[in-house]
Amino acid sequence: MVSTSSETLLTLPTPDAALTRARHGRGYWKNVWRRLAEDRITIAVMLVLIAIILSAVLAPYLTPHDPMKTSVFARLKPIGTAGHWLGTDEIGRDLWARMVYGGRLSLLCGVLPVALALVVGGTLGVVAGYAGGVVNSAIMRSIDVLYAFPSILLAIAICGILGSGIRNTILALSVTFIPPLVRISEAVTTQVRSLDFVEAARASGSGTALLLRYHVLNNVLGPILVYATSLISISIILASGLSFLGLGVSPPNPEWGLMLNNLRPAIWVNPVVAALPGVMIFLTSMCFNLTSDGIRQAMDVRL
Amino acid sequence: MSGASSRLSGPPLLSVRRLTKHFPVRGGIFKRTHGVVQAVDAVSFDVQPGETLGIVGESGCGKSTTARLLMRLTEPDSGEVMFDGEQIGGRGGPSLRTLRRNIQMVFQDSYASLNPRLPVGMSVAYGPFAHGLRRAEALDRAATLLEAVGLEPALYADRYPHELSGGQRQRVNVARALAIEPRVVILDEAVSALDKSVAAQVLNLLVELKERFRLTYLFISHDLGVVRYLSDRVLVMYLGKVVEVGPVAEVWEHPRHPYTRALLAAMPTMDPSRRTTEALLTGDPPNPINPPSGCRFRTRCRFAEDVCARHEPPLQSSADLRDHAIACHMVHAGTGHSLAGTSGPA
Amino acid sequence: MLAYTLRRLLYGVPILLGVSVIVFALIQFAPGDAASLLIPPEAPKEVVDQVRAKLGLDKPVYVQYVLWLGRLVRGDLGVSIVTNMPVASELSNALGNTLMLAIPAALLGFTLGVGLGALAAFHRGTVLDRLFSATAIAGVSLPHYWVGIVLVAMFAVVFNALPAQGMGAPGFPRTWAQIRHLILPVITLSLIPMGVVSRLVRANVLEILSHEFVGSLRAKGLFRRRVLRHIMKNAAPSALALMGLQFGYLLAGSILVETVFNWPGSGGLLNLAIFRRDIPVLSGTIVTIAAIFVVINIAVDVLQALIDPRIRR
Repeated sequence: MVSTSSETLLTLPTPDAALTRARHGRGYWKNVWRRLAEDRITIAVMLVLIAIILSAVLAPYLTPHDPMKTSVFARLKPIGTAGHWLGTDEIGRDLWARMVYGGRLSLLCGVLPVALALVVGGTLGVVAGYAGGVVNSAIMRSIDVLYAFPSILLAIAICGILGSGIRNTILALSVTFIPPLVRISEAVTTQVRSLDFVEAARASGSGTALLLRYHVLNNVLGPILVYATSLISISIILASGLSFLGLGVSPPNPEWGLMLNNLRPAIWVNPVVAALPGVMIFLTSMCFNLTSDGIRQAMDVRL
Repeated sequence: MSGASSRLSGPPLLSVRRLTKHFPVRGGIFKRTHGVVQAVDAVSFDVQPGETLGIVGESGCGKSTTARLLMRLTEPDSGEVMFDGEQIGGRGGPSLRTLRRNIQMVFQDSYASLNPRLPVGMSVAYGPFAHGLRRAEALDRAATLLEAVGLEPALYADRYPHELSGGQRQRVNVARALAIEPRVVILDEAVSALDKSVAAQVLNLLVELKERFRLTYLFISHDLGVVRYLSDRVLVMYLGKVVEVGPVAEVWEHPRHPYTRALLAAMPTMDPSRRTTEALLTGDPPNPINPPSGCRFRTRCRFAEDVCARHEPPLQSSADLRDHAIACHMVHAGTGHSLAGTSGPA
Repeated sequence: MLAYTLRRLLYGVPILLGVSVIVFALIQFAPGDAASLLIPPEAPKEVVDQVRAKLGLDKPVYVQYVLWLGRLVRGDLGVSIVTNMPVASELSNALGNTLMLAIPAALLGFTLGVGLGALAAFHRGTVLDRLFSATAIAGVSLPHYWVGIVLVAMFAVVFNALPAQGMGAPGFPRTWAQIRHLILPVITLSLIPMGVVSRLVRANVLEILSHEFVGSLRAKGLFRRRVLRHIMKNAAPSALALMGLQFGYLLAGSILVETVFNWPGSGGLLNLAIFRRDIPVLSGTIVTIAAIFVVINIAVDVLQALIDPRIRR
């Protein structure tokens, strides 16, 4: 509250005001939100991210071109060409149209696997952490086996053996992200479980479901979610990587990684155009990374 | 165990028989069990309705484990806990849920024992809510209890633990423990972490609440002064064993077990005539993984003799006072100790 | 310490078994079995049965697994259905080429990462720190295959200074011509470990700097270099562990970079196998890299325990 000293002397806060303020205790999430709002960089990054997501959603309104329409006469036009301000690709498709439409699949392949892995891995981790003992060992030792694969190898193995396509890409990436999410959820839950307030709740004769909901989940969900958002940036890179290898999205669908792959030979003709889809992957991935960092700082989570 | 029965007549509210918990210690390539920590070993005692039983002892003696075993936060290896004459978890006896309805606990760490993500009113309301009260009713009950512990509900119910002071938080924890109307409250070092003046206020509150709600307290503390102030009887533990139990005034005036004497002598006192210059208790407690044979205290006892190593002294009431029991060869006649049957060394 | 090492090694056995089960299961899920890839669809049933019997495909799945595992343990990874060469020999060549990239990339990434991370921490809050942090974030957000393309565009296409493709003459790089081929892929590969390591080192050093003992060391008038050595000793174990993991990722992640640079390594082999649906090569390569990763992890654990005795539980 900004006030001059004379004002402070004259206008004492009324008991009513003091009461209302006290009634609304400052909850944890309110604090997080306030800290986040003060972090201008994170807010800016989140705005960019929202713009990228909106551009993918609203793609048809942002370009008159069909991202699939080829033209033999307009191949590999440079940036600034009339009608194609970002130029065209190796078979004459408008690059701007493919960039905005491409965001749809790239974002989907970035976010959906993490969301799926969050549900599966988070559940397994919380169960392992809360149950402890044999259940914990069974879950965690199985996860150790998945950990024996470097993440991208697991994704490549699954896609490579099962075949390419969006469904297998999402499946492969989901499986890839389950182990780290199980580990982090288990670690956080184990930590929370041993705290006195969980013991106290247990001692009050509460059932497990209620206890998990009121005492465990609201304490572990924050750190787990922050970790999951940081995985999105990796997921986007990996998903595009799989497409780049020809294992992900199948042509002619627009997707940033696949575009990068298709444009690769064009590097000798028009290097700038060939590099463009990569900029989008980089930008999106970095925005997710920075957002995750910002939220983590606001939540004061240590991982 | 006849000696542990109280001067108060009538059946005990809580009766503990040979309660035992050993924690395995693992190590090596295959994490084999190397040894066991005998955290609580065949501990027996009774708690009469309406009394306050103090439990004292050095850290690591099994006080807190005993509390956790009573609440079944830790599963005992063996032993029985009877509540109101019925065995907990036994066939036909009351369930664990009933036990937890009747016994509640206040922990030492006031901050860790409150969920940081819940307003404290919710934390207090949680117990009744879990026992089937509707949300609004539970919150009403919470408000009543916050009031009872001296926290104006309108001001405090919506606050979060980090917005309260240590003393206020511990008041909330007391309210939380009382919310499901237990008959016994275990106070595990409940005021140990608080400033002296704040601790005194909370202690007075505890005395007041005991009267008002007709509670029975199990007061665990390493602070003998506080135990003396609050307790009717006191139970002294050493390395997972009960070494002495009796009315608090009697134990304070005539401690019989050498360990109890040492503990009391080590207490800071304002009375110059009672000050000791001699350190009665030296060294650290022995490793609980391999406790000494016979009497566990003998390695630190000035009067230890052969018999102390050979036989474990049973907890028996003293000849003159039925409700004062001691586990020491010196106290009881005919044990083979050179000082046996005397009133101990002068 | 010996007990700890043995325990870690023993623990590796069930993990490796688990890895083999997963890869074998994946092969079972692959569309079409090995026989259908070998013989034309119009072949008579007797021929199909004969081939299946020869490949052991007529036996129950668990028998197939045990036989397959037995061959794996003896180092027999099968025969490529495309080239008819033993997978093991193809793979060992390719792995050698991959290591040629991965080892220098790991060293470069680790050195730069530790240096930049520590430097940023010591200059906390300055422009230098922000710059490093931004670079590090960019380092982990970059699709490194794309960086490879950009580097090729710059150094091979625009400046025409370095080769864009392949490794030149095969074998251990001795000549400048061979080394020139290494430069771009190694830089590309080193970016991720650099970014990850520098972020960790920065955080670790900041944490240590915030402890009081560092202040008291400074107060005692110890020279900066002593303080630095002290801090590095404390920050080393976790950086080392991370680097172990990162080395595994380099081996696996090289598939993308090797594709960009047409490098004849294990990643290139994997890529080729995927397109030819050469399952023996595919599964052999995956099992081998995963096994190497497991061994690296155990080695890192043991090394870490050597540095920091508290870990030996």
